[in-house]
Amino acid sequence: MTARMTGRLALAVSGTLVLALGATACGSSSTTKTANGASGADCTDYKQYGDLKGKTVTVYTGIVTPEDQLLKDTWAPFEKCTGATIKGEFDKTFEAQILVRAKAGNLPDIGIMPQPGLLQTLVKTGKAVPANQATTDMVDKNFTASWKAYGSVDGKFYAPPQNASMKSLVWFSPKQFKDKGYTVPTTLDELKSLSDKIAATGKKPWCAGIGSGEATGWPVTDWMEDFMLRTAGPEEYDKWVNHTIAFNSAGPTAALDAAGEYLKNSKYMNGGLGNVKSIASTTFQDGGLPILQGQCSFHRQASFYAANWPAGTKVAPDGDVFAFYLPGKTATDKPVLGGGEFMLAFRDAPEVHAFQTFVASTTWANLAELGGGGRAVTPNRNADPAKCAAKCSEIDRLAIKVLQDPKAVFRFDGSDQMPSAVGSNSFWKQATNWITGQSTKDTVDKIEASWPK
Amino acid sequence: MTTPHKFLLMFEAVGLFVAVVGVILFFANQFSGRKGDRAVALAFLLPTVLLISVGLVYPGVKTIYQSFFNAAGDAFIGLDNYTTIFTDSDQLTVLRNTVLWVVITPFVATGVGLLYAILVDKARVEALAKALIFLPMAISFVGAGIIWKFVYAFRPDQPGINQIGLLNQIVVGLGGSPKQFLIDSPLNTIFLVIVMIWIQAGFAMTVLSAAIKAIPDDIVEAARLDGVGAWGMFRFVTVPTIRPALIVVLTTIGIGTLKVFDIVRTMTGGQFNTSVVANEFYSQSFRSSNQGLGAALATLLFVLVVPIVFYNVRQLRQGE
Repeated sequence: MTARMTGRLALAVSGTLVLALGATACGSSSTTKTANGASGADCTDYKQYGDLKGKTVTVYTGIVTPEDQLLKDTWAPFEKCTGATIKGEFDKTFEAQILVRAKAGNLPDIGIMPQPGLLQTLVKTGKAVPANQATTDMVDKNFTASWKAYGSVDGKFYAPPQNASMKSLVWFSPKQFKDKGYTVPTTLDELKSLSDKIAATGKKPWCAGIGSGEATGWPVTDWMEDFMLRTAGPEEYDKWVNHTIAFNSAGPTAALDAAGEYLKNSKYMNGGLGNVKSIASTTFQDGGLPILQGQCSFHRQASFYAANWPAGTKVAPDGDVFAFYLPGKTATDKPVLGGGEFMLAFRDAPEVHAFQTFVASTTWANLAELGGGGRAVTPNRNADPAKCAAKCSEIDRLAIKVLQDPKAVFRFDGSDQMPSAVGSNSFWKQATNWITGQSTKDTVDKIEASWPK
Repeated sequence: MTTPHKFLLMFEAVGLFVAVVGVILFFANQFSGRKGDRAVALAFLLPTVLLISVGLVYPGVKTIYQSFFNAAGDAFIGLDNYTTIFTDSDQLTVLRNTVLWVVITPFVATGVGLLYAILVDKARVEALAKALIFLPMAISFVGAGIIWKFVYAFRPDQPGINQIGLLNQIVVGLGGSPKQFLIDSPLNTIFLVIVMIWIQAGFAMTVLSAAIKAIPDDIVEAARLDGVGAWGMFRFVTVPTIRPALIVVLTTIGIGTLKVFDIVRTMTGGQFNTSVVANEFYSQSFRSSNQGLGAALATLLFVLVVPIVFYNVRQLRQGE
C-alpha cells in the first residue's frame, strides 16, 4: 500500500502518456478525396501555387468531426487544381500531443495552433519554419496587424490565421427590446444606463453562470479581459497579458472593478437565477437561459453560446434571442476579444508554403464562408460576406461583420496566453472567490502572487 | 487502426503474456529438491520484483526527487515547495480541508456502521436493512458525487421556480429559504464529507457485523449472567472483542479518505475552498504545470499515509 502512494504521480504521468500515445495511434487519419462540386471547376486562382502533382502535405489539428469535413471541403479545390494531396489528421488531444510529437521528432508538415501560447512554445523548440514571402504578402493584404502579430514570434512571422471566434458579445431578446422600445447600446455608458433603466423596474437585467467543473470561473476571466480592453486599452492589455505590468497594478484592478459593477451588482444580478453568489453555482451553459423566460435581459458570452439554446429557439435579429457587440467606451472604439487558429509549418518545402499561402488567401476564406458551420468565421478582411448567405448562421454573420470592421482591434483571450499556473488555475479560482465575496484587491493580489517567477 | 487490427493486437498481447509465464514455469520446473525450491521461488519472485521496481519504486523515488525542483523541473529549489504547502494561504486551506476529511470521515462512518450493525443484528429484516446501507458501496465515487450534487442543487427563491434539489426542497417545505450548500466554506467541505460517509458506512457495517456475529456465545452468556446491561454489553463485550476489526475499518477508511479525489473533483472541482491534497496534487501537476509542487503534494500524501499503514500492520501482527 505504501509503495503505491509514491507511485501515484509517476503512474498518473505514465498513464497519461500511454493514453496519449494510444490516441495518436488511433487518431483518425484520412486523405481528402471528395471534390467540392462545381465550385472547384475554375482553377485560375490556383495557378500561382504551381504544379504540385504527387506532393503531400500533412495537416494535424484538434478540429474534429463534424467540422473536419467542412475543412476538407475547403481543401478540395486546392488538391484538384494543384494535384497536391492534403492529408488531414483530426485529433481531440492535439494540444498535448503536438508537444509530445515535437519531442519525438514526429511533427506534421502543418499544425493548426488553437492559441498563440502553444505557437510560441513550438517555435521555441526550433522546429517551426517561418512563412515565406508569398505567404507574408498574402497575410499583409488580407489581415490586420494584430492578427499578423499573433502569428509572429520575436518579430519573425510564422503562421497565417485560419478561423476566428468572437467573445465580445451580449446576448439579449430582440422581442423584449421591441416590446419595451429599448435600442441596442453603442457605448458602454448606454449599456449601463439601459441596465439601470431595467433595474429600476424591479427586474434584474443581467444573468450569468460560471460553473464549469474544475474550470469554474473562466467566464469571469473573459469579462475581465473585455473590460481591460475597454477601460485600459489594447496596449495596456498586452502588457497585462505578458506580465510587463503586475496583475495587481492600477489598470487591471480598475478593469476587474468595472466588470464588478455588473457581475457583483446585486441590482443587476442574477436575473432568474438568484443572487450574485448564484453565479458561482450556475453552470455557464445555464447562465443565459433565463433570457428565454424574460427573467433576464443581458448575458455576456462568446459566439459559441449560440449552440446552447434549446432546440427550436430562433437565433436571429428578429428571433427569440440574438447578440450585440459588447460596445466600447465610445461608438468608434471597437476592441474585439476572441480566439483564432494559426497554420504553423514544420517542413520547409514549396508545397507546404503554397498550402499556407492558400489558407491565407481570400479564395480560401470565401470557400470557408460558403461551407458555413463552425468554419465560416475568418478574420480575412477581404472575404466576401455574401458567400456566407447560404449556410452561415446569423451569429456567424454578426461575428464576420464585427471582425471585418476596419476599426476593430482584435485581442486574443488573455487567460489562454498566461502561464498555466495563472491562466488555467489561479485566475479561475480567485475569480470564483471574487464572485462569492472576496474583495477585488485580495483577488488581484493573490493572482499576482501565483505568477510563476 | 481498424477494429479487427485492435483485436489482433489484444490477442498478440495476451499471447505474449502466456508465453512469458510459460517460459518461467518451464524453467522453474527444471529444478527439484531443496535447492530447487529456492530457484523456483526466485523464478516466481523475479518478475514481480522487476515490475514493482519499474512500476512503483522507481517512479516513487523519482517523485520524491522531483519535489525538490521548480515548476518546470529544471532547477533545484530545496524545500521551497514544502514551504509553499505550509505557508501559502490557499495551500493551508487545502491542508485544513484534508484534516477535516480525515478526522470526521473514518470515525463517523465507522460509528454509523457499528451502530447500524448492532441495531439490525438478529432483527427480522436484517438482510434487507443491510442491503439498503450497503448499496452505496456499489456506486462509484464519481456516480455518488453526481447524485449528491443533485441532492444539494440550488434554485433561487423566486416565484415560478421550483427546487430540483432534495435537500433544498425539504428546507423550502419547512418554510426556509434555499441554501447554496456547496458554496459557503468551510461548511461545504462537511457536505462533501457526508457523501464519503454515505459510501463508507456500508463497508464499516458489513465488516463489523461479521465481527459481531463471530463473538462467541459463551462470552455473551457469561456477561448476561453477570447482569450486564445493554450499554455494558456494548462497552465491555462487543467493542473489545471486535477491536481488530474496528481498527481495520478505521484505518482503511482513513487511508481512502486521505486519497479522496473523485468526490471533490466531481462536485466542486476543488473550487469554493474545498480542495484536498489529492485534488490539489492533480491540479498543480496537470492544470498548473507545476510539477515540483505537485510532486511535493504527492510526497506529503505518502508521508501522511505511512503512519496509518504502519499502525495497521502492527495491530495485525499483535492479533496473530
